[in-house]
Amino acid sequence: MIAFCVTFLLVFCIYLLLTAGSGTIGFWSASELVAGAGLGIVVAGITRKFLCRSDNYRMANPLRLLLIPVYLLGPFLVEVTLANIDVAGRVITGRIRPGIIRVTSELKTDLGIFMLANSITLTPGTITVDIEEKGNDLFVHKINIMPGDEQKEAVPARELFSIADIPAWIRRIAE
Amino acid sequence: MIGYFSPVAFILVALVFLAMLRLVLGPTPADRAVAVDTVNTLMVAVLILLGVVYRQIIFIDVAIVYALLSFVSTLFIAKYIGGEL
Amino acid sequence: MIADILIIAFLAVGTFFNTLGIVGLLRFPDVYTRMHATTKMTTFGSVFTALAVIIYGGASWLGSMDTGYAILSIHTLIAAVALAFTNALGSHAIARGAHRSGIKPSPAVVDRLEEVQP
Repeated sequence: MIAFCVTFLLVFCIYLLLTAGSGTIGFWSASELVAGAGLGIVVAGITRKFLCRSDNYRMANPLRLLLIPVYLLGPFLVEVTLANIDVAGRVITGRIRPGIIRVTSELKTDLGIFMLANSITLTPGTITVDIEEKGNDLFVHKINIMPGDEQKEAVPARELFSIADIPAWIRRIAE
Repeated sequence: MIGYFSPVAFILVALVFLAMLRLVLGPTPADRAVAVDTVNTLMVAVLILLGVVYRQIIFIDVAIVYALLSFVSTLFIAKYIGGEL
Repeated sequence: MIADILIIAFLAVGTFFNTLGIVGLLRFPDVYTRMHATTKMTTFGSVFTALAVIIYGGASWLGSMDTGYAILSIHTLIAAVALAFTNALGSHAIARGAHRSGIKPSPAVVDRLEEVQP
C-alpha cells in the first residue's frame, strides 16, 4: 500500500509538471487534474513493484530528497566542470594513458551503488564498465591512470575525485 | 534575444553530420552504438533550440519523448552487443 | 541585459563542449576513450544549451508575464534532467556490452576486469 501511494505521488507530480499552466485551479484546469489522478492510479497499480523493490522507505524522507538537488548543484557540478575541462585538454593534446582499474566503494545499498556509478560515469575521465555483485566493487575505465596505480589491486573511490568527497555525500543521501 | 539560437542549432546539425562519419567508419558495432547515442543527444539539443526559434512548445515535448525512447533503444543495442539478448 | 550575457555565455560553452566531444569521437583510438569524449562532453554541452533556453524562458516570462514562457522553461528543465540521467546509464550499458563482446581496450596499461571475467 505504501509502495502504491509513493508511486502514485511521483507519477501525479510529473504529470502536473508537464501540464502546468493549462487552467485556473492553481496552474491547472479541472480536466487535467482528473486525467492526472486517473492515469496515476492506473500506472501506480501496474508499476509499484518496479519503483519500490525492497521494503525500505528511507528515500521517502523529505530531508534526503532535499539533499539531492544540493548535491547535484554543489559538489557534483564542480566535479563535472573540472572533469570536462580536463577531458577537453586531452582531446586537444591527445595525451592519454587508459586502462581499467578496480574501485572499492564501501557502499552497501543498491541505490548507493547506482548513484556512485552514475556520478563516476559523468565525472573525471572515468566510466563504470561493470559491477561485481558480491562485494559491490566497480570496474572503472580511466582515461589517465596515475603512474603507480596500475600496480595496486584496488583503488578507493575517494581517490577518483579531485576536490569534493563524493562517496561521503552519497552515503549521506542514500544510506 | 531569439537570434542567437538559430546559428547554434545550425552548428549542432553540422556536428550531427560529423558524428555520422564515425557511424560509417566505426570498425566495431560498439563504435557505431556510441555514434548513434551521440547523434541522439545532439538531436535532443537541436529540438530544444528549434522549439525556441519556431515558438512551439510541442517541439520540447517531442524532445523529452525522443530522449527517453533513444535511451530504451540504446539499452537494447547494448544488450545485443553484449550477447545477453 | 544580464540575461542576454548569460544566454550568450551558456550557448558558447555548450557549442564549445559539443564540438570538442565530436572531435574526440573522431580522434580517440578505441571505443572506451571515444565514450569518454562523447558521454561527458556532449551531455555537458547539451545541458548547457538547455540552460540557456531555461534562462531565456524565465527572463521573457518576467518581462511579459506570458505563461507560455514559463511552460517553456519547465519542459526544458524536464528534458535536460532526462538527458543527463539517460546518457550516463546508456553509456554504462554500452561499455559493459562492449567488454562482454570481447572488445579489449587496445592502448591500455592495465585491465583488471579481464582477469575476473573470461
